[in-house]
Amino acid sequence: MADETGRFGVGALGHLTPGNPNRRQFMLLGASAGAALTVPASAFAQSEGQANPPDKPRGQVIAALSQEPTVFHPLMPGIEVDQGVWWQIFSPLWFVDPAGHFVPDLAREIPTIDNGGISADGLTWKIKLRSDAKWHDGTAFTAEDVKFSLDLINNPDFRVLSRVGHRLVKDIKVVAPDEIHWRMESPYSPYMSILSLTCMVPKHILEKVSDPNNSPFHNAPVGTGPFRWGERVPGDHILLNAHTGYHGKGPYLERVVFKYIPDLTVLYTQFRTGQVDYTGIQGILPNFVQEAKTLRGHKIFVSSTASVEHIAPNLEFGPFVDRTVREALYHAINKKAIIDALNYGLPKQTESFVPQQAWSFQPDLPQHSYDPAKANALLDAAGWVRGASGIREKGGVKLEFTNSTTSGNAVREQTQQLLIQDWRAIGAAMRVNDMPAAVIWGDFWQQSKFNSVLVGVNFMLGSDPDVTPRFGSGATPAKGGRGYNTYQYQNPEADRLLAEGARQFDLAQRKVIYGDLQKLIRNDLAILPLFQSSITEGVKEGLQGFRPNINTSSNCWNMREWYWA
Amino acid sequence: MARYVANRLIQAILLLVIVSALGFAILHLAPGGPLAQFAVSSQMSQEDLARVTRQLGLDRPLPIQYLDWFGRMLRGDWGRSYRDGEGVLTIIGSHLGATFELMATATVIAVLLGCWIGVLGAVRRYSLFDSLATIGAMIALSIPTFWFGLVTIYIFSVHLGWLPSGDRQTIGDGSVLDLLHHLIAPAMVLALVETAIWGRFMRSSMLEVVNQDYIRTARAKGLPEWRILTTHALRNALLPMITVAGLQFPTLLGGALVTETVFTWPGMGRLFLDSIGYRDYPVVMGILMFSATMVLIGSLLADILYAVVDPRIRVG
Repeated sequence: MADETGRFGVGALGHLTPGNPNRRQFMLLGASAGAALTVPASAFAQSEGQANPPDKPRGQVIAALSQEPTVFHPLMPGIEVDQGVWWQIFSPLWFVDPAGHFVPDLAREIPTIDNGGISADGLTWKIKLRSDAKWHDGTAFTAEDVKFSLDLINNPDFRVLSRVGHRLVKDIKVVAPDEIHWRMESPYSPYMSILSLTCMVPKHILEKVSDPNNSPFHNAPVGTGPFRWGERVPGDHILLNAHTGYHGKGPYLERVVFKYIPDLTVLYTQFRTGQVDYTGIQGILPNFVQEAKTLRGHKIFVSSTASVEHIAPNLEFGPFVDRTVREALYHAINKKAIIDALNYGLPKQTESFVPQQAWSFQPDLPQHSYDPAKANALLDAAGWVRGASGIREKGGVKLEFTNSTTSGNAVREQTQQLLIQDWRAIGAAMRVNDMPAAVIWGDFWQQSKFNSVLVGVNFMLGSDPDVTPRFGSGATPAKGGRGYNTYQYQNPEADRLLAEGARQFDLAQRKVIYGDLQKLIRNDLAILPLFQSSITEGVKEGLQGFRPNINTSSNCWNMREWYWA
Repeated sequence: MARYVANRLIQAILLLVIVSALGFAILHLAPGGPLAQFAVSSQMSQEDLARVTRQLGLDRPLPIQYLDWFGRMLRGDWGRSYRDGEGVLTIIGSHLGATFELMATATVIAVLLGCWIGVLGAVRRYSLFDSLATIGAMIALSIPTFWFGLVTIYIFSVHLGWLPSGDRQTIGDGSVLDLLHHLIAPAMVLALVETAIWGRFMRSSMLEVVNQDYIRTARAKGLPEWRILTTHALRNALLPMITVAGLQFPTLLGGALVTETVFTWPGMGRLFLDSIGYRDYPVVMGILMFSATMVLIGSLLADILYAVVDPRIRVG
């Protein structure tokens, strides 16, 4: 439950009144300013706005993607590249900017406990909407569309991306065309972030279709976003045109083209020859980064992503049950070599599952040290004795296990070779068991059939650090749980912190709770974090407005603000 | 002839049923599924994945899934892609144009160039030209197509700037000149390998023919060499090429995966690879059935054409 002051911190941050901030707002402002100062510049690097945006949309941008967007209904299962397209065509009620602030989009203001948008107990939500937003076909956007979208998500026949958070929404009432109320079954603060990722869909079009999973809308979507649907050539590109009636800032481009180039070498080549203006997911390969920085007429941005590369141990498998083993293995990893030699020094070491740029990041976690001697000492003290083969064992359990990752991922395969070497030195035997993506991320991962996996995961729910589905005891699919706690992590204290964090609306208090959770996860070594991933993106010189955003899955989030100088 | 064609058609239908069953079984027995890409996502839980699996009917027994798919295919419904919900036939149709454009261009170049090289190599056997043609063919057949493609891009696009580094066209420019400009590099790279194949076959076939008695007789009668080659030798040497053409026919609409990937060409080859990677079963099965049909049609046409061209051959 919310505390007695009943403030929803993030909403307060995003809704500061410049005239007379109260003490809490002032402290939050100071905290965010301090956080911004400590964050590496590259995280918020942006192409300099040396010229003002044009009065009318002008020019086009060709954005290259190494995976093809194929899902254009924003409520259906989609991946990052699909989401990048959704943000151009559709709008959520609010979005999250790079600093972690909620910024109104279809909503007129961010609902907070302060402004009455959220009741003190977190159960009643009252959202005020813009009255000037229009769908691309000219129909006015209203609260009916919001109700329709939320109802569609909870429709059992609809093949929705996720109902996390939405299933708590009850008694939706359209109070006025520009106001909607609903009741939450229980207070759930991460819902603010979930809604920042939930695009609204048009009731007047979709209520008429007989099958919500299949309609012409799926391949000719109509939204309220800055760009309207143009054309799609399957396997080649998607073209979007400026929506001149857009309710927000921009768009300043006449056209945006998402070009599908599956091979990353070819993608970089086309960037180099000027055939594409921006390299999106998966960006420029690390081995090309140094050369890319020397290209004339191009600008390169190396920015962190929210994904944390880590070794995921199955905590119920043999040697991994013992925390000492996990600690020893962690000390034996030469993280610097993995980052410098295999990843060209681009990503940053991390100890947490939370990105370092997020408001909830806990900076005071114990720092990893590469110390094989300490690792050996820990194992010796814990009774893990070396056998004749040099492999340690204890109580009949050998310190040997497999590690799996996506086959064909050269960097991860090389990482595995380094790990084999590192761990052999402390008497642990690791064998590689790689498989294609379609196989490894099936039951093998979901049902915890692995020993250990080398994987990159974005633990965040947008900007929210609620990791109940990842680390909650009741979220283990292999045990019939609802979630994706494939590590099989069980800790009552973690469960308590997770429950408390989800109920709490005060930002400062949530920061403390999730800080404690990060300390707990780090102490338990539920995961062995290697680094926070980075992406190298390139834009053609003259293209302004590009800003990486750690809180979104794609840096195409603000294409409405891009323009040619 | 009519009875022969009818028999072949019946055999073709039976073969297609067997191919569909085997293909379906192998595809579905391979581990993984179309939802694996969402498994690492922070937004889809195991419960969400299980729900979508049920909604897509992927939890049904395999024989039931196969019979359902087969029944719908017989009614003309080849299913919908798991990725974008588009009809399979629509997806295949949208890629056929690009595929045919690239493959037909490469094939025409390869046939003309390959046959010329093969004929000349046979007529001037063991000459410098023949030796160079043989070495060239070995190189073309040995070195991977993607290497040729990347080197072509490196030289002609990155350094010289003469050709685009990929794509079928400049977006927004649908002119014929623009299409041709984009077609040059991938067609030449693809034609390089095919030229080697056609050249070697043509050379062997020509060598067999030029040593026949009737050619010796024609020379003895005093006919000009060019007329002997074109009127007598070439026409007979082309007969085995019909079989080669029949084998090449499916590729006209099947695409070339590596070339399409290197040159970002939106063809059937890339579609097939992407669909397998995503386990987009309906599209994979659709392409499989389409390709199998093309193979059967190709071999049937080759057999019929052979009989039409060579009066010594009788079918049926």
